[in-house]
Amino acid sequence: MDRRDLLKTMGAAAGAALVSGGLKAEQGEAATAQSLGTAEPVAILVDTTKCIGCRTCEWACAEAHREAGVEFPEDADFSVVRTTSDKQWTVVNRYETEKGIVYAKKQCMHCLQPACATACLTRAMRKTPEGPVTWTEDRCMGCRFCMVSCPFDMPKFEYHSAVPRIQKCVMCSERLAEGKQPACVENCPAGALTFGPRSALLEQARQRIYAEPDTYVHQVYGEDEVGGTGWLYLASVPFQQLGFRTDLGTTPFPTYTREFLYAVPVVLTVVPPLLLALSRASRARAAAQAEEHEEEGNP
Amino acid sequence: MTAVSQSRRALVGAELRRFGKFMLHELKPKGRVLTPFNVISGAIMLVAAVLLAIRFARGLGAITNLSQDYPWGFWIGFDVITGVAFAGGAYVLTFMVYILGQEKYHPIVRVTVLNGFLAYVFYAGALLLDLGRPWRVINPIIGNSFGVSSVLFLVAWHFMLYMMAEFVEFSPAVAEWLGWRRVRRFLAGLTLGAVIFGITLSLLHQSGLGALYLMARDKVHPLWYSEFIPILFLVSSIFAGLSMVIFEGTITHKVFRHRVGAALHASHDDIVVGLARIAAGAMFVYLFLQLLVFVHGQRWVYLGTGLGAWYLLEMVGLVALPAALFIQGYRGRDLRVIRTAAVLTLLGIVLNRLNVSVIGFKWYAPVRYVPSWMEIEVTLAVIAAELWVFRWVVNRMPVLGTAVGLVRDAPAREARAGVLAA
Repeated sequence: MDRRDLLKTMGAAAGAALVSGGLKAEQGEAATAQSLGTAEPVAILVDTTKCIGCRTCEWACAEAHREAGVEFPEDADFSVVRTTSDKQWTVVNRYETEKGIVYAKKQCMHCLQPACATACLTRAMRKTPEGPVTWTEDRCMGCRFCMVSCPFDMPKFEYHSAVPRIQKCVMCSERLAEGKQPACVENCPAGALTFGPRSALLEQARQRIYAEPDTYVHQVYGEDEVGGTGWLYLASVPFQQLGFRTDLGTTPFPTYTREFLYAVPVVLTVVPPLLLALSRASRARAAAQAEEHEEEGNP
Repeated sequence: MTAVSQSRRALVGAELRRFGKFMLHELKPKGRVLTPFNVISGAIMLVAAVLLAIRFARGLGAITNLSQDYPWGFWIGFDVITGVAFAGGAYVLTFMVYILGQEKYHPIVRVTVLNGFLAYVFYAGALLLDLGRPWRVINPIIGNSFGVSSVLFLVAWHFMLYMMAEFVEFSPAVAEWLGWRRVRRFLAGLTLGAVIFGITLSLLHQSGLGALYLMARDKVHPLWYSEFIPILFLVSSIFAGLSMVIFEGTITHKVFRHRVGAALHASHDDIVVGLARIAAGAMFVYLFLQLLVFVHGQRWVYLGTGLGAWYLLEMVGLVALPAALFIQGYRGRDLRVIRTAAVLTLLGIVLNRLNVSVIGFKWYAPVRYVPSWMEIEVTLAVIAAELWVFRWVVNRMPVLGTAVGLVRDAPAREARAGVLAA
């Protein structure tokens, strides 16, 4: 049982008896509200020009989520580009670029309108109003449609478990609830990671670009990609050189299925009466024809 | 307690005993048990049982080649997505017979609905094998977590409801088998409603299976991805279903010759020729849609590649060619040509569905997914299990050649039992 569910259960059971009942009720509400953009979501800004490739973020992530199964691979080396896995929520890769070596940390992007949460038929994958996209074990049925839908291929599945989980960065939502920063941000020794409200981070990112226009490419990756993401990136080189997909467009992914889903109630209400009418009409015609035959003396 | 209710009780008791006897008798296999088909399919199922035990003990990775890059493989791409397209014959035929009143096709409605129902039970049921946490499968149904924004939510619900609708459509045959006349009359009264509901559901989930890939737009090869996937899936399910009816009818007619009713015997060739014509029509609509999508998506730039040739094979060799063959077979009333066309069409559907879901999916990935022999083995076992159940039903219930709704009197149970025992 995760913390939110616990809170909800406690809230239901004890109600007003709890000292901080008001706060808890609010959190319970937040857990069920799927509304987007009502509050300012939090985000993380990655300045890849500052990243030194020390992989402390990987280590901090493993420390914070060891119970969830996250590990820190001691022997990982930079000669191969790694992806996140069912045992690693974040990885730092080294890229040879036109401006030399650049390191880039990758993890779930925490989209503002995530494809995974839209794809999830049990709402196990959920965009919280606070910003993180979280996964609830009790609800997930392991269909892996989130993996099919995610444009960044971030949800990972435990293929070698009888009780498999979906694994991905949850932006330390449990730490955020305690008022702490995400583990990777807190432990980054190079100051490459900044945590805060998304709009403030966007301003800060633009400020850095304006202050050092020759250092940065004039784009914040994640500002508009797939409708905006919760992780924002600054870089000194075009983003495709750092292994980012730049062909994803700026349309939020849920939009792509919206029209189809809008058609569903229309079809469900309009088609049956049409079919019934058609059936009646064809039966009436058949009856009329049979009568005609009889009059003509045919069998 | 009155005497009346006591005697009623005794009656019910006797009836129950008779029913039990009848069921026991019916459950026994008919004919030889150790046939080559039984031995081979039985072995396949036994092997699959072992494989599935391993799968549930040690996870999907133990017997499948699924990966983080390929979350959906052969079980989804073939069993579910292709299997459901093949089962499309049921909604097309019930539409023609019950909505358009084309009585000519009535004799094959029952067997088609049975096939559709079993296809959903087994192939959509195979989905449970693929779910990582199948014990949570009721979550989208019980309501504590409705993911209504998900296309898969729609598909899951429609699978479930459609299975019920098809069972209702088929249920008069079960009532006839059991000799329950009143129940049969009641169930037959539900048929039109179930048909209308079933067709509506089919429109939505046949297209819904395509809509699953709308958010995978950057992962499916541009020759197979388009915004029109849902409509393409829907239209192709029409001729996929009809080709399956033709193909399956050919086999059923040979294997279950003794069970085929007079009405179906007399009109079978006519029916097949008629179906060929409809299939050809649907295929030309489909080809035209594909052409529109081809031009709209400026797909010609991909034709020079290996996958371009693969695409042409699918569109020309396994859609346009069988469509032409269907027409030739229809014109010359040549059943052999029609059957060839049906087989080619089915191959084309397999190719199309796999191209979207597996072959063209992440076509850029450095390590491609190829199903393991164990995934294919389990799929064969699912098919074998379905055939066993199909055979069991066809050998007992009035399925072949008995027009639904036209049977006024089901034969008395005792008489049937007597005949069957002979």
